[in-house]
Amino acid sequence: MLRRHLPIALAALVVVVLVLENSGPFLTAQFTTMAYLAIAAGGLTVLTGLNGQLSLGHGALMAVGAYSTALLLRSDALPLLVILLLAMVITLVVGALVGVAAARLHGPYLAGATLALAVAVPGIPLFFGEALGGEQGLPVRMPEIPAWLADAAYFVTGQDLTSIRYLAYLSWFAVIAVFVLLANLSRGRVGRDWRAVRDEDVAAELAGIDLGHTRVRAFVVSAGCAGLAGALMALSARLAAPSGFALTLSLLLVSAVVLGGLGSLTGALAGAALLTFLPPLVTGAGTDLGLSDVQAAHLAPLIYGLVTVLIVLLAPAGLAGGLRKLIHWRRSS
Amino acid sequence: MKRWTKAVAVFLAVTVTAACGAGGRPEGEQKGSTVGVTDTTIKIGAHFPLTGVAAPGYSEIPSGHQAYYDYVNANGGVHGRKIEFVVKDDGYNPTTTSAVTNELVLKEEIFAMVGGLGTPTHSAVVDFLNNSKVPDLFVSSGSLRWGDDPKKAPFTFGWQPDYEIEGKIIGDWVRKNLPNAKVGLFLQDDDFGRDGEKGARRYLGQQIVEVAKYSPGNTDIAPQIAKLKAAGVDLVLGFTVPSYTALSQLASLKIGFKPKWFYSNVGSDPALVGSLLARFSEGKVTNGASLIDGVVTTEYLPGVDAPDHAWTKLWQNVWKAHGKGGDLTNYRIYGMAQAYTFVQALRAAGKDLTRERIVEVLQQSGKSFEGPGLAPFRYSADGHLGISGMSVVELKGGAGKDLTPVLVTDLGDAPIEANDSAANDAPPPDGIPGS
Repeated sequence: MLRRHLPIALAALVVVVLVLENSGPFLTAQFTTMAYLAIAAGGLTVLTGLNGQLSLGHGALMAVGAYSTALLLRSDALPLLVILLLAMVITLVVGALVGVAAARLHGPYLAGATLALAVAVPGIPLFFGEALGGEQGLPVRMPEIPAWLADAAYFVTGQDLTSIRYLAYLSWFAVIAVFVLLANLSRGRVGRDWRAVRDEDVAAELAGIDLGHTRVRAFVVSAGCAGLAGALMALSARLAAPSGFALTLSLLLVSAVVLGGLGSLTGALAGAALLTFLPPLVTGAGTDLGLSDVQAAHLAPLIYGLVTVLIVLLAPAGLAGGLRKLIHWRRSS
Repeated sequence: MKRWTKAVAVFLAVTVTAACGAGGRPEGEQKGSTVGVTDTTIKIGAHFPLTGVAAPGYSEIPSGHQAYYDYVNANGGVHGRKIEFVVKDDGYNPTTTSAVTNELVLKEEIFAMVGGLGTPTHSAVVDFLNNSKVPDLFVSSGSLRWGDDPKKAPFTFGWQPDYEIEGKIIGDWVRKNLPNAKVGLFLQDDDFGRDGEKGARRYLGQQIVEVAKYSPGNTDIAPQIAKLKAAGVDLVLGFTVPSYTALSQLASLKIGFKPKWFYSNVGSDPALVGSLLARFSEGKVTNGASLIDGVVTTEYLPGVDAPDHAWTKLWQNVWKAHGKGGDLTNYRIYGMAQAYTFVQALRAAGKDLTRERIVEVLQQSGKSFEGPGLAPFRYSADGHLGISGMSVVELKGGAGKDLTPVLVTDLGDAPIEANDSAANDAPPPDGIPGS
């Protein structure tokens, strides 16, 4: 299986290097945003698309990752990679706890429980204002780039590795690693179990699959992704603040997954791209058309809503599904 | 499959080799950064809440900026350069502030940020701006962190009186004029409330009987108001934003709590609070502006309630000629006044404008800038905080009536003194600051 995904990963690596080396700093920062959204959406699409559990609380799990990162970064003791992994593990543990509860719930009840999580978690930093910075949140300082890495990068690419580009590389390498792992998981036995539980839980149980374990496993994997995404988001926003993890983030993630195509990793990537690039594009176009700043600012949510309606109407299987259909249709005609 | 792998490997190898060979880094140092400045233009930008909970009122500030820059540009600009002002919406969400500031600095390549609004929002970007050496001028917030320690943020400058000196002036006034009042504090739970409380406690340590805090976003503040009532408070000092001024009024109406109210400048704009009261009460409160009659507050700029003031006349003319819809409001005046100070700094910086130069000029001569502010600026190499004082006023029929002369002070135990030296600055005849 790894042999199947590794060449794709290598190709993706080359594309990432080429694209990032030829992007301006702002575009690079946008790619970082796309990367962490893609990781979170990737985890969610596996949970919802493959295992059939709807989570409206992934924004809250991202907050756990973000605050872990902010707190761990305060001491200079740990290298960044370790911090990212730790943030992921901490969220994984939280995800396991939530997952145990979630595994007993179905459909709307599960959605309700995770919704409660999304509402409650941003309140925690407000309650523990002293330790967690309250409304203003915790500042996150991007650690220095290790000297050997900066020199090596300069030697290879001929330009200084800015911290923006460094973070973009880190995020996209994380995307590749996470997607390879997710793709492998979903193609193997674990993924088959997930799908079996989603499609017909009684039949799955008769076939000897432990429903609870399988559901918790899916939730934990998904939570780990959210944690890593949250950690990268904190680094990219240079901040972990409750307002960044409001309910809207959780809902946007679900909408990214639905727009991209449920259960498809390519879809998660497409959804993340849509979330990242559409709003500034629309606002910019609005300003160019002579709208006032306030009007242009109100245009973005409107267009996003319209695009959502259109995609759901024209490509019910999402962007990835629509594309697949188009290719099939071309081939067969 | 194997051929696939091989092709990728070859491609990788070729790309890496082709990109290699940069060798050592080029040497050389520049005198100063001129990003965003051309011979004919200066591009600046800022983040404001144009949508969301904080938008009422605050979204008008950039329109004031824009009107004044248009006015200056129509009169030839500054040293032959026209000012371009780029506004980005952050919805008062710090995470979004970070994203739009990236856009302003990295894509729009602004020369400076001028007037970026909000304590939690701007806190998210202040390090980034300073690390990128982008002048971060006249933050629209009174938090101390925009200037009490210029070593930490050498490119950041405050503008309005900070919340600590406002707290001090309020506390001093209450102690002198209402010495028997049982004081309750109603605070926003961030720097705004914290700094204000610090200033007020300096004078009211004995008089404060209860403190209640709210988190912005949670609109149910009935418990906090009930707590103040239960403690027998008869004077509430509110460090609130306008929407929470309105909410606190409604909540006290509901439980029949009738103390005297003193709101800090931030949350006391009579026109906005009046309209918010009407909206939040779904039309039940129609006399919003008269509901806050008798409320005491502070003032550091002549506003729309003083239509005969020379500065207000100037703003009216500017708004009539260059405003894009709507009436002149105190928020638009605030934006124009900030824009005025920025133009003043540009003039003083001279023709060879660099990012470093404007910081240097503000530190050297910012203190002597004359402008609409009732009190002088405090800018120096050791402090980047802005206007040094304000006067206490009582709202009557939507207008402020002076209760004190302009009171000037500084952080810590600096004394509070009456100082009218800046209150009588007259605007230049053409409305554009001279150099």
